[in-house]
Amino acid sequence: MNLSAAAHPGFLSPTGVEITFVLIGLATLGAALLTVTTRQLVHAALWLVVALGGLAVEYLLLTAEFIAWVQVLIYVGSVVVLLLFGLMLTKAPIGRSADADSENRLVALGVAAAAAAALVWVVVDAFRTTWINLHGAVQGSSRATGESLFRHWVLPFEALSVLLLAALVGAIVLSRRDTGSPADTATPADTATPADTADVPAPAAGKEHT
Amino acid sequence: MNDTLDVVLRLIAVLVVFLVLPLLVGQTEHKVMAHMQGRLGPMYAGGFHGWAQLVADGVKFAQKEDIVPADADRRVFQLAPAVALLPYLLVLIAIPVGPDGFVGQTVDAGLIFVLAVMGVGVLGSLMAGWASANKFSLLGGLRTAAQLMAYELPMLLTAASVAMAAGTLSLPGIVDGYHWWWTPWQLVGGVVFFTAGLAELQRPPFDMPVADSEIIFGAYTEYTGLRFALFLLAEYAGIVVLCALTTVLFLGGWHGPWSGSAGWLWTLVKTALLAFVVIWLRVSYPRLREDQLQKLAWTVLIPLSLAQIALTGVVKVVIS
Repeated sequence: MNLSAAAHPGFLSPTGVEITFVLIGLATLGAALLTVTTRQLVHAALWLVVALGGLAVEYLLLTAEFIAWVQVLIYVGSVVVLLLFGLMLTKAPIGRSADADSENRLVALGVAAAAAAALVWVVVDAFRTTWINLHGAVQGSSRATGESLFRHWVLPFEALSVLLLAALVGAIVLSRRDTGSPADTATPADTATPADTADVPAPAAGKEHT
Repeated sequence: MNDTLDVVLRLIAVLVVFLVLPLLVGQTEHKVMAHMQGRLGPMYAGGFHGWAQLVADGVKFAQKEDIVPADADRRVFQLAPAVALLPYLLVLIAIPVGPDGFVGQTVDAGLIFVLAVMGVGVLGSLMAGWASANKFSLLGGLRTAAQLMAYELPMLLTAASVAMAAGTLSLPGIVDGYHWWWTPWQLVGGVVFFTAGLAELQRPPFDMPVADSEIIFGAYTEYTGLRFALFLLAEYAGIVVLCALTTVLFLGGWHGPWSGSAGWLWTLVKTALLAFVVIWLRVSYPRLREDQLQKLAWTVLIPLSLAQIALTGVVKVVIS
């Protein structure tokens, strides 16, 4: 690493990249903490944007460009938009919500710490001797990512897509409300459900907050 | 040092383009709409055919008081215009204008980068809609989110079709691999991409989120002065970005006669023609209703884009 630092007197020396990596990591961690501790629902979603964006920058610093942009595309561009859509549908109030605390702080902390410990241990153990040469050929380009994904990791990839399909089917089953006889799932029930779902949640959520 | 200078110069060039082209599109919109509706449009500001009208508008916006509603969420409200505008500046960096590195910065996964960052811009509208503490704004924000979720998918699918055809995600790489028969091959995809892009920009006929006869101005209702101007600028910058992207992906970018010396001109001409089409559509089509919007996206555009991907795959396998 020191040798390559001497050979590449660029704008960011390798230590510079490492320092940036740590700083961004701290900012991401801070944003993530704010996401779960803030009492303002929409602010939590917006802090989530910061946390996910920070994660994308970390990928970028590790030269995994493709993963970074996909992270922004899927998580910031779609998942958070979906979240915000849901929050707006329930008329998320401006300011603090008193009931935005589930009173499970200690348990949640325990679960989070355990999950973090497991992940850090697994990742450190798996990649102990692997170094990314940030100044060599880009190792996270879309070509490299695609080749490793569709040559070495095809089976997990396909398994994941089946899992997602199952989740999709499950969501459709859960959101269907025809509890009556299976015969009358025709037009009347179908046209009634969207109107119900559009009307009912908003006033109900409003009442809860007042 | 030379590298730094090069980067700085490129960034300055992108910034200048970002500041000039949206204004040009805006002025063209004034004049084209006026002539299509049988009137003259701005004629006085600046003397010759009102060329300085938008400059005058900018001065007017800058003089107005910047109001934040009392019940609004101040920080989110004030941050929203920046979130809406800056992504388009970032996107411009990656769009190639001419051959041989005539681009702000070559991004390896440029196509994904551009679509990802454009999606972030919509967060600005959502933030504005929620933070304004206004029911019209909230409705506008809701409609924006619903529209984005419906139209992001066909846009991504058709972009993926182009990436499949070119075998690369890099925007200069895609234009490099272009042949004239790509345009008919990817025609359906191009139309779907352009339509979905219009919907993502909330341009007429997809301007349900800002429908002025129903919800005043949607998510931007409470904005005044410069912040409002920034939202307008974001819309026009969005037009520039969408037209440039459609040019690069589907119309061959800099390809054309004398593309060696005048390639950048071809890109600009194609972009300008598409921008004219955007304005033309605004004048000629009525606004789609919310349910028609969703129906168009889910029952027409997505099946069409899936068909385009299938066609691309088949042709790709046959010719390789």
